[in-house]
Amino acid sequence: MKSPFKSLVLALALGSLPGAGWSAADTPAPVELNVYAAASLTDAMKEIAANYQKVGGARIALNFGASSALARQIVEKAPADVFLSADEAKMNDLEKQGLVLKGTRRSLLSNTLVIVVPADSALKIASARDLAGPQVKAIALCEPQTVPAGIYAQQYLRKINVWDQVVKKLVPTENVRAALASVESGNVDAGIVFKTDAGVSKEVKVALEIPAAEGPAISYPVAVLSGSTKAEAARKFVAYLESPAGIGVFRKYGFLIRPGSPAP
Amino acid sequence: MSADEWWIIGFTVRVAAIGTLLILPPGLLLAWLLARYQWPGKPLVETLVALPLVMPPVATGLILLRLLGRRGALGGFLHDRLHFDIVFTWRGVIVAMAVMSCPLLVRTARVAFEGVNPRLEQIARTLGASERRVFFSVTLPLAARGILGGVLLSFARALGEFGATILVAGNIPGRTSTLSLAIYQLVQLGQDTDAFRLLAVSVTIAFLAVWGSEWLMTHRVRSE
Repeated sequence: MKSPFKSLVLALALGSLPGAGWSAADTPAPVELNVYAAASLTDAMKEIAANYQKVGGARIALNFGASSALARQIVEKAPADVFLSADEAKMNDLEKQGLVLKGTRRSLLSNTLVIVVPADSALKIASARDLAGPQVKAIALCEPQTVPAGIYAQQYLRKINVWDQVVKKLVPTENVRAALASVESGNVDAGIVFKTDAGVSKEVKVALEIPAAEGPAISYPVAVLSGSTKAEAARKFVAYLESPAGIGVFRKYGFLIRPGSPAP
Repeated sequence: MSADEWWIIGFTVRVAAIGTLLILPPGLLLAWLLARYQWPGKPLVETLVALPLVMPPVATGLILLRLLGRRGALGGFLHDRLHFDIVFTWRGVIVAMAVMSCPLLVRTARVAFEGVNPRLEQIARTLGASERRVFFSVTLPLAARGILGGVLLSFARALGEFGATILVAGNIPGRTSTLSLAIYQLVQLGQDTDAFRLLAVSVTIAFLAVWGSEWLMTHRVRSE
């Protein structure tokens, strides 16, 4: 990838794809893909979409939100070409309803959970059990019934038997970035978010990272949707996500690459 | 209807009622000042009072969140000195509802006050009534129907508040979850049948409130 020759070949190859952006005015308008992605992917996907366009790929219109909210929009026939969910359950639901294009689904990324506190907080958290202590009055968490980060957090807190002690302190949020924002604002004492979310904020600090081995299995699947009218371009974009250029950005933001995905 | 649903209905009606009652005294005072007197800065105050009516509710919510949050000017003081939180509690729901429904109360009450013939007040004065007595035994009773209509209207607005509430109070089941927040939540969960049940309840309450308000305001006592 470092060699200028390879970059040139790649640029030419992508540039010659149908719908590439730089061709003359008499060619058809560039393809635009609607990509629905879990809120935790916000920063990484924005960067990838910008890079993709720079190498002549389709224009990417991003729609971020809780995976549950996005899945709901897709079920209601919202125009979506590609979906990246923060858990397998949402993709399973879509697949059951025949909304996923066969053979395009992959499990791409993984993540870990962290407990964050406001950057200026004096709170010491040695274990997730400390969330049950009296100094923690409010904990931001994604809505634990539907939103992946909330479901994962609930699984973990149940596993270590503190869920019942903290349930009264929970402030459920709509998506993981809203949980992060609640901690940033100092309106809650702590929050549980993905490690990658904590990484993009200077106003929170990680009080405790839950090791991948102890936490729930976190998996981000991606798929082209059967409702897409631009399935070919969508497949290419998914292939780009899995390519070294895509994987590199995900890594940079702290995502774990699922074994089985192509190595960079 | 489940116990949780009854709780949501009871809670929503209760906080909307408290929110409306809370803004009643200052709202009426302001409406009366706007209806009866000319004073410097009046157009500015009129505009400011109308703002929550036209601003995006979430924008109003954000202002409240910044003001009342633990690091906000007011919320910080309450949190540090009095160990008292507004954001993410039921108090936040009341504040959001009160602010969002205030313009409706002030506007309708102002019209009601303007509908009272000033001559009647003047007559009371010439008969030796104090300003306070004029207000409480002439102006207020004559404007009462219009004001009550306004109260019902702002109560109905408070019931449906969503944007500011979700920012200031969050959507915490059993603590800050109102009818509109619960409906949204149920739709997210894909439980549309339950959502429709709550929808029917909110339509019924809103219908009765607005109908009552219309009836009160069109059957106003004419003080000619």
